[in-house]
Amino acid sequence: MRNTAWRWGGGIVAIALALFVFVVPFLFIVFTAGKTQAEASALQFTPPTQWVLFDNIVAVLQNRDYLLVTAFVNSTILTVGAVSIMVVLGAMVGYVLQRRKSRWNPLVNSLVLAGLIIPPAVVPTIWVLQGLELFKTLPGLIAVHVAFGLSFCILLFRAFVATIPRELDEAAIIDGAGPVKLFFRVIFPLLRSVIVTVIVVQAVFVFSDFTYALYFLPGDENATVQLTTFNFISQSVSSYNLLFADVLLITIPPLIMYIFFQRQIVAGMTSGAVKG
Amino acid sequence: MTTTTAPGRPATGTESTSPPSPGRRKPMKSPYPTWFFIPAGVFYVVLFLVPTVASFYFSLTRWTLFSVEFIGFDNFVRFFQEPQLVQGFINTFIYAFLTSGAKVVLGLLLGVFLSSQIIGRGFLRATIFFPVLVSTIGVGILFKVLMDPFGGPINESLAAIGIQGPGWLTDPSLALISVALVDIWKGVGLATLIYIAGMVAIPQEYFEASKVDGASAWSTFRHITLPLLRPATVTVVLLSLIGGLRSFDLIWSMTGGGPGFTSDVLASVIYKQYQAGFFGLSTAGNVVLFVVVAAIIFPLSWWLNRKGDES
Repeated sequence: MRNTAWRWGGGIVAIALALFVFVVPFLFIVFTAGKTQAEASALQFTPPTQWVLFDNIVAVLQNRDYLLVTAFVNSTILTVGAVSIMVVLGAMVGYVLQRRKSRWNPLVNSLVLAGLIIPPAVVPTIWVLQGLELFKTLPGLIAVHVAFGLSFCILLFRAFVATIPRELDEAAIIDGAGPVKLFFRVIFPLLRSVIVTVIVVQAVFVFSDFTYALYFLPGDENATVQLTTFNFISQSVSSYNLLFADVLLITIPPLIMYIFFQRQIVAGMTSGAVKG
Repeated sequence: MTTTTAPGRPATGTESTSPPSPGRRKPMKSPYPTWFFIPAGVFYVVLFLVPTVASFYFSLTRWTLFSVEFIGFDNFVRFFQEPQLVQGFINTFIYAFLTSGAKVVLGLLLGVFLSSQIIGRGFLRATIFFPVLVSTIGVGILFKVLMDPFGGPINESLAAIGIQGPGWLTDPSLALISVALVDIWKGVGLATLIYIAGMVAIPQEYFEASKVDGASAWSTFRHITLPLLRPATVTVVLLSLIGGLRSFDLIWSMTGGGPGFTSDVLASVIYKQYQAGFFGLSTAGNVVLFVVVAAIIFPLSWWLNRKGDES
């Protein structure tokens, strides 16, 4: 009796609360993005009297000579580049770290932990990037994301490699596979499920990153989407409809990721967390 | 690192190019070559380790675009004398402990609640977690508008039920708290999921046994759920503290440290000083942040994990 009341009563109250606290703010984005400029400036939480969402999105994309389109291209290159380097290099380290007990392991392990905990020193990083002539370039930001994101990847890969039986390695070695072949042909394909997790989690992180882009890739001409959106506030405070059309656009990629990879994202965020 | 390059590289080279000579390969190196560390190590050392070590030197200098001049501990002295920098230092702790504490308590309650048999569980979990993935800038802009003191939807709704809403982001005593609230709103989903994962790991037998013994719901929670959720709590505390101490983008997009400097934290001070061209002072801020994070996180994680081993 009590259980049924709990099951339905608690559930319905919780759903109502969740709708109010978590869904209403996102509805506000959609509503405001769909309004005309005059209507949006009232900041009311009401559905638009006439939907001009598509026009607003087109206007935002065309704004300032297709700046947002360029930004999307930049963010895509950044995300794909950084995540693929991270995955391959992180898997290599995680694999050797788990398989081989060498005297480097304690050092590498503590560096990995340090990478998770210690806040990066930003201005000296800029100084290094300038020395390498990578400051204010997309490759520079990719390299920075790789350096800062590796620790998380290594932890996930190390944990997963432990579940792959060593007999597989031995069989491959007997068949004449060298270390490189053993890793890339035998082990790497077996890591598929954790690779998906790492890709999805890091892609969401790199795509949503604002701080590193602000420091290492300033300027408008090669900005990322987060930076472009932020700069939007200072330039056109009056057109809330365009601002929120922009916010809506940068919210869509993570939403798509979430819909398709919910299980992997949750697994990655909680399992990586438990190790940290 | 570099010493392993020499023996590592040639060994793998000969090996992968001459597989059909098993005799020669007997004394071969481990099939798990240490040079696999090197490509990742290059990124890590050049862009993380070197800057971190260099920051200790640069924090002792007056450093501008054109020159570096060694000035000893002046930057740190300045850091703890100028009221706005001290404010940022103190705010960092307020922000981190407030968000971390709230995420632990709310995450625990939501995690236990969403592990019970209620309708719409999947929907609730998905809804609470989604803000974790949304870009912080997007959330910052959204709540900046929602919390607008003049005609912002939050205060409009409060006015409709007869409450005079405060100036969330414009009141100096409230701005930091308001940003912290949004941080909690955005991050509580992750804490909840970690607690749900912790709940799944508790064997059902414990709950059945306590039911048979006639334990009340509260004492089951107090003596079974809570102690067994300890690993999850450790994770949530450490993760949210690390995130909270380093937090920058939400504060920057919502208040920019304002009004005045009342919602500045270390990370925003670092950026402001960098923007103003005081690279040495900015780097000193970074070193302070480093010390704060290390001084809190390392002992705390050691203490939490040690207590975990005992039970």
